[in-house]
Amino acid sequence: MTMLWAALLLPQLGLDALMRNSPDAGANLQNLALISCDQARPTIVDAMPAVRATGVRRGHTLAAAHALCPQLKTLPHDPAQEQKLRELLAGWAYGYSSHVSLREEEAILVEIGGSLKLFGPWPRMEQRWRAELNALGISHRLAVAPTALGALALARAQDGVFVGNPATLRQALDALPIAHARIDALAAEALRGMGLSRLREVCALPRAGLVRRFGAALADHLDRLCGAAPDPLPLHRPPDRFHARMEFDHEIESSEALRFPLRRLIDDLCAFLTSRDGGVQQLELVFEHDPLQFKQLAPTRIAIGLQSPQRDARTLLDLCALRLQAGTIPAPVRALAVVAAQLPPFVPLARDLFDEPRGAQLDWPQLADRLRSRLGSETVYALETADDPRPERAWRKRVAASNPASARKLGPRPSWLLRRPQPLRGEPRRILAGPERIEAGWWDGGDLRRDYYVIETREGQRAWAFRGIGGEEPWLLHGWFA
Amino acid sequence: MAVLAVITNPSIDAVLRDPRIWRGSANDHEVAFVPSGHAGLDAALPHRGWTQGAMTEILFGVDGIGELDLVLPALARLTQAQRHVVLVAPPYLPYAPALAARDIDLGYLHCVETSSDIEALWAAEQCLRSGVCSAVLCWPRQASERALRRLQVAAEFGNALGFAFRAARAAANPSPAATRVEVRAEEGTRLRILKCRGANPPARSIPLRPVVAYIR
Repeated sequence: MTMLWAALLLPQLGLDALMRNSPDAGANLQNLALISCDQARPTIVDAMPAVRATGVRRGHTLAAAHALCPQLKTLPHDPAQEQKLRELLAGWAYGYSSHVSLREEEAILVEIGGSLKLFGPWPRMEQRWRAELNALGISHRLAVAPTALGALALARAQDGVFVGNPATLRQALDALPIAHARIDALAAEALRGMGLSRLREVCALPRAGLVRRFGAALADHLDRLCGAAPDPLPLHRPPDRFHARMEFDHEIESSEALRFPLRRLIDDLCAFLTSRDGGVQQLELVFEHDPLQFKQLAPTRIAIGLQSPQRDARTLLDLCALRLQAGTIPAPVRALAVVAAQLPPFVPLARDLFDEPRGAQLDWPQLADRLRSRLGSETVYALETADDPRPERAWRKRVAASNPASARKLGPRPSWLLRRPQPLRGEPRRILAGPERIEAGWWDGGDLRRDYYVIETREGQRAWAFRGIGGEEPWLLHGWFA
Repeated sequence: MAVLAVITNPSIDAVLRDPRIWRGSANDHEVAFVPSGHAGLDAALPHRGWTQGAMTEILFGVDGIGELDLVLPALARLTQAQRHVVLVAPPYLPYAPALAARDIDLGYLHCVETSSDIEALWAAEQCLRSGVCSAVLCWPRQASERALRRLQVAAEFGNALGFAFRAARAAANPSPAATRVEVRAEEGTRLRILKCRGANPPARSIPLRPVVAYIR
């Protein structure tokens, strides 16, 4: 099998990261540029297309940029944020291939030779990639070639190039300018000084002379570019936990406004889960507050537990939104994070092929999660019988997968039980059954000695009532035969 | 044969196809139902059982007159078919030994506790709408007609059996429920069907629980 590398070039990752985090994408970001903030003299790192159209380029000083584009707005460039996004994309690409490399800073390299059988042919896979990347809000350029560096060089030259054959790769590369080949800057400058501008001219140079003049590194780089030498790439391994955080430039007070960033983060989480074929059973939403205004206020943490692992974005978002409505976030929010530390394997629920789809298409665990998320974790339960003669202990809340007690032959039992016996109002009209003596519990201190009767009250109700042994004590009502 | 001849008569056929003509028995066969398990009641209801995808109101005066007995056979049938049944905010503790003795599969019977009437209505609506629950029982205390209508819509959407247990005095108020049954303790327990969609309610009351002198 020949290797086939797809280069996913990310031309404006910093800007994408910003736009993804802003709810009104585009409108007020049109005249935006990113500036490096680590220097005394800030320079432009990247700019929106509208700004680039005025002539602002990477490396311009702030003053020069303002002169070219008076309505320019700037924001500091955040390399950490960019790295986060790159890792997220690597996770996404991991869904298509196990060979994903983050070695190159500006691109993600994905080996797709082994994936084409499943997702291919390339045009179809390319269409799918572009749709998914657009949905994630990532501007991108794609090219495919038998070598990773070749694919990268082609992607820089033109979007959408596909070179499937090692023999034609050389031809495709020949016409490219040297600048696209990621040759070391000093060597590139020297080559330009020699009057060489295309790769064809560099490759035509006698190899011995090239090595003497520029060292073995350049010759080796060219070999790897053309596929004459192997190019071992460090491979990306997806992390075992998910942590994504989003900071806002203003405080968000309403839970309604938190929905947008929340949806972004949950979508990212689900993309991550899909790529590693996992689900999430425990996740935590962390709402950070303004550190200056609310000094002693720790971030608000909302833990969301699910009955079974899930990875459906809508389900998760619904659960989170329910908690946001019910839960009180004490102060305005400056940043939001979604953390999932445990990622159990995901087993999709099998549905009957011929079941008529009705209703909202949930399954019971999803519905139970939804109810619990608003009503509290202890509010939804099933019942089971317990092997105890005392009426109060003959039932219990069902713990998952416990063995119910074997059915014991009992006298008549009411369908409603009062949590606490109450004095019976008035005398019973007549006794329908009884007495059934229950005398038990001497072994654990919960001793009781009662004579139970089924009685009919004056209103015609059928009740389960008891008196203490001896017969003259007052009636106590314990259940209804409803 | 006479009926068949009438329907195939072209002029009558044209009249019957007119959308303004409503025929009481037109959709009989399309309505899904669950037998109530009480022969007398099934015979009196137009669909021979509880209507699926609709609310049924059960109006009762006092506790313990057989209001739950009315639905237990249907719940037993549903849980045994491995369909989920939810009790939303029951007024007392559903007593597991008694329910098990009535053939209910407790693994498919769920209880939901709520702290207010509003939460209970919300939970009931979620369960009805979900399409997961085959039957949802609720005990709304002060339900407005609007709240009941929401439950009715949710039951239609999720194709669930909805049961609302309400006080007998609510019988005077109009209700969007498809079926309304009043349970009364008089000479044993008797049922009166106040409303049933698709037919006129029968005038006679139906015995549910006989008068007994002594059980077993």
